[in-house]
Amino acid sequence: MTALLDMDQLLDQMETGLRQVLEHRGVESPVLIGIRTGGVWLADVLSKRLDIEEPFGELDISFYRDDFSRIGLNPRVKPSSLPFDTEGRDIILIDDVIMSGRTIRAAMNEIFDYGRPASIILATLIDLGARELPIQPDVTGRKLALDAHQRVKLRGPDPLRIELQEAGQ
Amino acid sequence: MTANDASPHHLQLTRDGQLRHFLTLDGLDRALLTDILDTADSFIEVGERSIKKVPLLRGRTVVNLFFESSTRTRSTFELAAKRLSADVLNLDISTSATSKGESLSDTLLNLEAMASDMFVVRHSQSGAPHFIAESVTPGVAIINAGDGRHAHPTQAMLDMLTIRQHKGQFEGLKVAIVGDVLHSRVARSQIRALNVLGAEEVRVIAPGTLLPNDVESLGCKVEYDMTRGMSDLDVVIMLRLQKERMEGALLPSEREFYRLYGLNQEKLALAHPECIVMHPGPINRGVEIESAVADGPQSVILNQVTNGIAIRMAVMSMAMGGQVAERQHKLSERGQA
Repeated sequence: MTALLDMDQLLDQMETGLRQVLEHRGVESPVLIGIRTGGVWLADVLSKRLDIEEPFGELDISFYRDDFSRIGLNPRVKPSSLPFDTEGRDIILIDDVIMSGRTIRAAMNEIFDYGRPASIILATLIDLGARELPIQPDVTGRKLALDAHQRVKLRGPDPLRIELQEAGQ
Repeated sequence: MTANDASPHHLQLTRDGQLRHFLTLDGLDRALLTDILDTADSFIEVGERSIKKVPLLRGRTVVNLFFESSTRTRSTFELAAKRLSADVLNLDISTSATSKGESLSDTLLNLEAMASDMFVVRHSQSGAPHFIAESVTPGVAIINAGDGRHAHPTQAMLDMLTIRQHKGQFEGLKVAIVGDVLHSRVARSQIRALNVLGAEEVRVIAPGTLLPNDVESLGCKVEYDMTRGMSDLDVVIMLRLQKERMEGALLPSEREFYRLYGLNQEKLALAHPECIVMHPGPINRGVEIESAVADGPQSVILNQVTNGIAIRMAVMSMAMGGQVAERQHKLSERGQA
């Protein structure tokens, strides 16, 4: 399993995919936003690979989650930090794993509270399927189908590696 | 009601230690106070966005229940609730139903029937928010916005946030609280918070007539002479002279008080050169503090106001979160039974 999840290969895939989407859409100066925590590590790596000099943004979606009425507030919330104006910008939104799509919905709501972007491209390292909302990544490192008892987690930041966990561990 | 039931820290925490009411700092440990400060830090960032609003309390109703008027505290609570997307109802009780003879319990029952989720309570009687928290329907959070001479925990926490912003940490800090400690609800909360968070020394500087008898037992040193008390200070917190509460001749005159305990540039020069100056407002210029100091480079008085919104957002969302987590917990228990 770990052999299938070679990190460099996944990052190559994301880089190539992003270059294609950017070219296809004619986007010249995108900015990166990573969703904490894994997405931020990836934004760091990808900003270097894509030669984006503008510092990337970090998003903590705790205040935008849709499960507050079930689990309350995440006590580990940290401030989001977007060191640029999102108004009118082309944004590459990055997360490590996409599953239900709820995190991305929350992240997009948060981004719009900073200003109206021109466009958002979604890139994720791993797509686990099992979507609950009509949200699909434009670029993904790899699609993966897990058994019900398996979980996947990005560890980092240096080195970045993917851990496959059996439930209960 | 047994003594144990009445203990505020059992009342204000869920069984796994989350906040569900915010009544007093008594019984809250350093980890929880630090969580409040950290959460508030995140809300400060929200206040700098073009849309200063997050959807956390969308669809919930917050009632500001002010039995005693306070424009600044009420408006920062109102703004905090609105920035959390809650619906806000401001009730000035002194001009409302209670003057028509309705009892406090009946007023509360009516407000609960409007499906309120949170009461922010200000009252001149110590313990009123505590009383309401004991009798309110489960699921409704109570936030103390100042009760009698007892506590003003959100004001103390916004002061802690302001200190941490400017000094980075509490270890090694020498902090003085100057003025009318006797009538101050916030001084008790501040002394408590500073001790829990690990400040090196808390000093109160005041004439004996404006100090409660038991003041040292709160965890502070007493200094009657301000000139001596200012030495080495990292933070000086001025208290407002609560003229409307002053009973009897506790002071010879305002001018005499200012000469002895007012903060001017000469006295501030005795403190550490980077000492910050705080005041909960509203300021009585020329009574507790000289304008040149209040508006000077060491003053962080306006930061305190900004931080007040963030702290209130933090406490409101944490208490509401504790209430929903607890309700969920009970539902799952019932499901298993």
